[in-house]
Amino acid sequence: MTVVDADKDVRGPSAAQQEVAAPLLQVEDLHTQFHTSRGIVRAVEGVSFSVDRGEVVAIVGESGSGKSVTALSIMRLLPRLTGKIPQGRVMFDGRNLLDLDDDEMREIRGRDISMIFQEPMTSLNPILTIGLQIKEPLQIHLGMNDEQAKARAIELLNLVGITDPERRLDQYPHQFSGGMRQRVMIAIGLACNPKLIIADEPTTALDVTIQAQILELMKNLSRKLNIALVIITHNLGVVARYADRVIVMYAARVAEQGPAEQLFHKPRHPYTMGLLRSVPRLDRPRGSKLETIEGLPPNLANVTTACRFAPRCPFRIAVCDQEPPLYPTDTGSLSRCHRHAEIAEGKIVWASLGGAGLNFAANTEAPVLSVQHLTKHFAVSGGLRSAGGTVRAVEDVSFDIFPGETLGLVGESGCGKTTVGRLILRLEEPSAGEIHFEGVNLSTASAAELKAMRRKVQVIFQDPYSSLNPRMTVGQIIGEPLHVYKIVSGRKENEARVTELLGHVGLRPEMAERYPHQLSGGQRQRVGIARALAMEPSFIVCDEAVSALDVSIQGQIINLLEELQRKFRLAFLFIAHDLAVVRHISARVVVMYFGRVMEIADRDVIYSESLHPYTKVLLDAAPVPDPTLEKLREPRLIKGELPSHLAPPSGCVFNTRCPMASQECREVVPPLEEKRPGHFAACIKV
Amino acid sequence: MLRYSINRILLMIPTLLGVAVLVFFLLRIVPGDIVEIKLRGDGGTVTQETIELERKRLGLDRPLINQFGTWMIDMAKLDFGNSMWTERPVVTEIAGRLELSLQVAIMATIIAVLLAIPMGTAAALFRGTWIDYTVRLVTIGGLSIPSFWFGMIIMLTLLSLFNWLPPITFTPIYVDPVANLTQLIWPALAVGYRYCAVVARMIRSSLLEVMNEDYIRTARAKGVYEKLVVSRHALRNALLPAITVIGLEFTFLIGGLVVTEQVFNLNGIGQLFVQSVSRNDFTLIQGMVMLIAAFYVFVNLAIDLLYAVFDPRIRYNS
Repeated sequence: MTVVDADKDVRGPSAAQQEVAAPLLQVEDLHTQFHTSRGIVRAVEGVSFSVDRGEVVAIVGESGSGKSVTALSIMRLLPRLTGKIPQGRVMFDGRNLLDLDDDEMREIRGRDISMIFQEPMTSLNPILTIGLQIKEPLQIHLGMNDEQAKARAIELLNLVGITDPERRLDQYPHQFSGGMRQRVMIAIGLACNPKLIIADEPTTALDVTIQAQILELMKNLSRKLNIALVIITHNLGVVARYADRVIVMYAARVAEQGPAEQLFHKPRHPYTMGLLRSVPRLDRPRGSKLETIEGLPPNLANVTTACRFAPRCPFRIAVCDQEPPLYPTDTGSLSRCHRHAEIAEGKIVWASLGGAGLNFAANTEAPVLSVQHLTKHFAVSGGLRSAGGTVRAVEDVSFDIFPGETLGLVGESGCGKTTVGRLILRLEEPSAGEIHFEGVNLSTASAAELKAMRRKVQVIFQDPYSSLNPRMTVGQIIGEPLHVYKIVSGRKENEARVTELLGHVGLRPEMAERYPHQLSGGQRQRVGIARALAMEPSFIVCDEAVSALDVSIQGQIINLLEELQRKFRLAFLFIAHDLAVVRHISARVVVMYFGRVMEIADRDVIYSESLHPYTKVLLDAAPVPDPTLEKLREPRLIKGELPSHLAPPSGCVFNTRCPMASQECREVVPPLEEKRPGHFAACIKV
Repeated sequence: MLRYSINRILLMIPTLLGVAVLVFFLLRIVPGDIVEIKLRGDGGTVTQETIELERKRLGLDRPLINQFGTWMIDMAKLDFGNSMWTERPVVTEIAGRLELSLQVAIMATIIAVLLAIPMGTAAALFRGTWIDYTVRLVTIGGLSIPSFWFGMIIMLTLLSLFNWLPPITFTPIYVDPVANLTQLIWPALAVGYRYCAVVARMIRSSLLEVMNEDYIRTARAKGVYEKLVVSRHALRNALLPAITVIGLEFTFLIGGLVVTEQVFNLNGIGQLFVQSVSRNDFTLIQGMVMLIAAFYVFVNLAIDLLYAVFDPRIRYNS
């Protein structure tokens, strides 16, 4: 490994050594700026790292830390008008990429360095066939004729595990699922046998079982073909499972970099330490409160010369007013912290937040919400060849939620979890089944009862960016329901209540004057929570409420939700795809697959003694942020993808992907049975 | 797609029926009478009896619902009747003018599209440079200068520079292409300017949007030549919204060129429209409205089908 700091050569290898083991990619003191109308944003400052042949390097960081911009700078794919690289070198295979002219750089892209992007849904051209898009780099870089390119494309599709490649070459992107499109992207990336693949959040948009498939595929291919891999991600579990080395970025700079093992077990920078602590862990029982890093990352348009993490760092001292260089540490990693030696000596430890844990005593009260045999079918109009049909979005789902309790609802996309939420909110009419809220059957309730229910059942949405009206101030957004439901009388009282609600969610009163675009993601989500609280609900549906937030912000919001739950005795239905987050916040967990409940159990039971094979696969697929643990466990990959909703499998819906499936599973729909006290599973094999 | 097209064509029947009802009854609500204009228009004295007789001959004395019924039945037999003024069949009246109008519309479309694609593309690719500003200036001119005024400028320029004016009699293109083109190229240019401006601006804005799409970044990351990124990856996507605009503008040109035709002294559909309206020539107006309505519906169908050809995500199944 060769690491060169911006400021000084830390462990410069001799010239002879360099000749033998010159790294494939060596980024030196890279600076990237965006010249915007509001001034210069320094998105990347003085980043240096190297990647050896066949090595897997991960760049982690929160949004805005500069990790994606670093990748785009290497590829020279920055926006032409605004993106500038005033300083730095990107040595690739003996050449400085920043010195090449446009056409020389174009020749390197796709041939020597490939890039895989985050959004498989939008990264392929919708009006060109998959075949053309795979053949394109082959014809351009390798001068293949159509025949040769087609043969190679078929070979590539086989390599990335797409069946029936010949037929699929003539198809368009919209005929592929998200996971399949990402496989196509990988096939394009591999087309010309590149030396380096840069993958920018390659699996963030995918479900956890598909994520595992894609990452395993990438790792195996890179090992097999000796391709170096740079994975850019915010998911520390992914890093732990796949990376040899890790670069942690914070506010446009490298905070810490080093071998994965060392970095995870012996972090030498307070930010890395904090980040590792704030991730909810699947493999550990829940602590009382989630650890967080308070505050927000700095605004890159105006930064000071102080350590960038200092404002959020609990260990800052006088010297932190000076930006630290990257210090070599005892573990062989580099840390941009003046106090790295003290960290190594164990003198600096993040204090636990402590706080009272949630008490999940057995509930003897009547449930606040009771769902019985809830079913929702959507009719799909027929096409030219298909006769149309019914999508069974939700099928026979039953559960209870007690006052002050959180019920977690997990499952992959398309499993019906969001539809369950919408049915409870009465945004959809159930096809069958009953929902009882505080003892009232909602399907037979009077208009007045429904109106009362609408007040007491609130929702927090996933996307804090699009769920707040951009033309209303925070005060208007929170105050509107108060006014509509006549909870307060008069303007004065409304304002007072808004201030009080902002206080509950940890926002200052002057925030009421601001518009949503002036807030950060975490602050917006707090506004969403305040709006929900305004109605004094007893039950809140949290639909992926923290999924769009960065790790350190996510922890803050989860803690806030728990605090409010205790304070107001709220019941939550916490819908999420992140198993670790659900484990952390929920008392009981419902696992759904393809519209049906697979398993219901207490939080810790479902993670340690899960019964249903789907739950086990789901848990296996989710990587935990610990490289040692990840090396020990062989991920059990689930095969295949979600079946078509128009042609559901007979018998158990999971039988097409289940490792335990037998003939019987294809015939009988397994009932949800209480296998152990309080532990339900829908599987005939357990 | 075939089934979809048949469905859409069948759907034309209620649409056109609605148009027929509207035009028929609206015409009769508006005051004015063809017989009065015809017989008394020149200030001549005609007895009330003569007028009644003429009304009877034209069938205008019958109850409205009867008149409407007859018209509907005739139309079903593809018989559009005779002009109440010239007594010639409506079809003949229209056919003579349609050829000219259609040719102007087609020529204007060709001019507009051929100019608009490079202009819009260049403006988008060189956004913020003098190329972009020039295109924007030229197109804003096209939007704000009325076609007939631009036509007058063209005529005056021809007259003062070359002391020449285009022929005023229409020669079909298959009879004498040169005479035909020397007459029609000018009005096509005059209306094509505005047309081109609309389309170029559409292409510019949609190309700017497409160039920011993730798949353009993917194409660049693959090392695709920049020319190919634009022509193969971006432009094809960016042209989709322009197709709609082109179709709508095209239909407008058939029958919408009232003043421009006047400027160039063209005997087109627009002129015929004005004439027949000022004469209250019911059958002719009705026939023309039905023709243009049918034209609109057909062009819209063609646009939708073209979309499906260009965009594989669109498949008309139901």
